[in-house]
Amino acid sequence: MYSILSILVENKPGILFKVTHLFRSRNFNIESISVGVTTDHDFSRMTIVTIGNEKQIQQIVKQINKMIDTIDVKILNQNKSVYKETVLFKVLKNSKLNITKLNELLEPYNGKMYKGDISVIIELTETPDKIIAFEEQIKSYNILETARTGIVALENNEH
Amino acid sequence: MSGARSLMLALENQGVKHIFGLPGGANLPMYDELYKSNIRHILVRHEQSAAHMADGFGRVSRKAGICFATSGPGATNILTGIATAQADSVPMIAITGQVPLNMIGRDAFQESDIIGMSNPVVKYAFQPRNASDIPLTVKKSFYIAETGRPGPVLIDIPKDVQQNVADMEFTTKFKIKGYNPWIMPDIIQIEKAINMLISSKKPMILAGGGVIISSAFSELQAIAELLTIPVVTTFKGKGAFPENHPLALGPIGMHGHAEANKLMTEVDCVLAVGTRFSDRSVGTFDDFEKRLKIIHMDIDPAEIGKNQTTSIAIVGNVQTSLRMMVQLIMQRKLNQITNCEWIRHVKEVKEYWRDNLKIHSGEMSAARILRKLRSVLPKNAIVTTEVGQHQMWASLFFDVIKPGTFFSSTGLGTMGWGFPAAIGAKVASPNIPVIDIAGDGSFNMTENSLATSVLENIPVIVFLINNFSLGMVAQWQRTFYNRRMIGIDLQNCPDYVKLAESYGAQGIRVESLDHLEKAIKTSLKSDIATVIDIPIDPEEDVLPFVAPGTSLKDMILPS
Ligand SMILES: Cc1ncc(C[n+]2csc(CCOP(=O)(O)OP(=O)(O)O)c2C)c(N)n1
Repeated sequence: MYSILSILVENKPGILFKVTHLFRSRNFNIESISVGVTTDHDFSRMTIVTIGNEKQIQQIVKQINKMIDTIDVKILNQNKSVYKETVLFKVLKNSKLNITKLNELLEPYNGKMYKGDISVIIELTETPDKIIAFEEQIKSYNILETARTGIVALENNEH
Repeated sequence: MSGARSLMLALENQGVKHIFGLPGGANLPMYDELYKSNIRHILVRHEQSAAHMADGFGRVSRKAGICFATSGPGATNILTGIATAQADSVPMIAITGQVPLNMIGRDAFQESDIIGMSNPVVKYAFQPRNASDIPLTVKKSFYIAETGRPGPVLIDIPKDVQQNVADMEFTTKFKIKGYNPWIMPDIIQIEKAINMLISSKKPMILAGGGVIISSAFSELQAIAELLTIPVVTTFKGKGAFPENHPLALGPIGMHGHAEANKLMTEVDCVLAVGTRFSDRSVGTFDDFEKRLKIIHMDIDPAEIGKNQTTSIAIVGNVQTSLRMMVQLIMQRKLNQITNCEWIRHVKEVKEYWRDNLKIHSGEMSAARILRKLRSVLPKNAIVTTEVGQHQMWASLFFDVIKPGTFFSSTGLGTMGWGFPAAIGAKVASPNIPVIDIAGDGSFNMTENSLATSVLENIPVIVFLINNFSLGMVAQWQRTFYNRRMIGIDLQNCPDYVKLAESYGAQGIRVESLDHLEKAIKTSLKSDIATVIDIPIDPEEDVLPFVAPGTSLKDMILPS
């Protein structure tokens, strides 16, 4: 089962190393990770997607909490959270690529397109399942490169 | 004032009296200030031993022991000692020199990324980048190392930061936002735990190292006695409860006491105090979980549910938790025996195994020499051990009578720990005899600490159970590898009497129990280190034995 962990940590050198090292040494996997400094520059927020059963997730949360540089860690309730990922696809301009068709495909996702001479780059900010669905739709194109940010997420309606 | 000077003042402010260490290029500014300070430096012959000495000091005094090492190889040498302290939750502060800030990352001479390397084995690590950061760093280090679940803290100080001069502030108040070691145990959970205990038919207390770390001896004993509950311990918890007490069953586990392992498989409710249910203690877990109700007290919330599913969790300092429990029990005037039948059964099983466990027949069997040691040693003597068969024999045959006087590297199982740790323990308790129950292989790893013991005048006793081999490995090869013996033969080299004498220590070889008794008495009176070399039968096995990956009920007994 996927869990999205939202972790508030001290913004210190080496903090990313410490958190990822913890996952490695405790035998957990990171599906995706995104890190950025918060409005208060003393802290950073990490959003980590990991897989495990409930007991395993509880354990990793406790281990993260135990880290002295951790201020707060929570498992996000996916129903109450906004969680998004940005993905970029670089697609070769060739006979398979129909720009008008692509524009239509992008519209429901609020996607963008950046045209180059021999390729186009598609930008999409969406939930992971929608990204997968979109990827399915452009499968017939010649995708040269993909880059994803990993999920960023915040839980809504909280004190 | 320089960074190095401020370091020494900050350490003095914390009441530090001893530093175990060895100098080198990158920590010379600190040593120059140590020269001017009243803190005593104890020179080691290998930095690993400095960390083990600080560790032994920390376990006995329950204050952080301090060790110094230089950058590069000095720092990597103490790493084993730091990992050992982390595995056993020991307060320690390791202070390393580092290459100057502008050289970091350039593969400078004797540069090692000790912050990166030590990350998984420290409670926290600092690398102050300004001299003026040092006093506060030291304060925070002590706070982190000694509070909550104790552990080692590393301070890695670049050489220029040691040398730089800055205005220093020593009285700064601080708060560490992400660290709150003061968790108050939940009284409702404790109330529930009492109800669960008194309504169970076959209750047991399982005391772990947390009882020793928090000195919760009298609280533990009060609960056992008020509710008449027998007590087993983990190996790390050995001696958390007086082992000559009628309710004491001794350690469970891979080489636990037969009666303790047997009875542990029969219980219906366990009050587990300050233990992490390590595989060495409980074997495979599955059997355990099925029909057992577990009440788990621990200071570390991450231990709850890590290895074992619990029915009731009580998070907090175990001494506080136990004290609250005692008070509630007294308020409710619960002191009658409600589990007579179980207690009778426990007594029978215990008596049976105490009378019938077969021991090696020779005069110098492990059991006989360790019982002799117990009978001659004063009750308050502090015992450390190395790692191997001798350690497990100590667990089986050396009863700890005064709680908190037995220490071993139980988590990491570091051969070579016992002797330097004994020296550190002696520094913490100079008027109490300290003895290292050793195997020859382990002693080889840090025997050069004899120089420190003799020259620094810190006399301890090495009780060398000499089987001329890496005995524990030999036992596994005999048991699991059809006697294909490889890499275990130490061939009685060196001659331990001569070795001791060459360092200016005393060496005594004993061949009989009478002679052993005299040797122990001589060494107790002696003001220099003594190595008592006790040759034994190399084929002697440690039994009972719960093979790895099996359950306590599959215990192999002596035939
Ligand atoms: C540093 C280290 N290396 C290897 C081991 C694996 N090991 C465990 S016990 C043992 C043998 C110990 O021999 P000795 O100290 O002579 O004790 P004995 O078992 O003979 O009593 C070894 C090699 C270890 N625990 N620690």
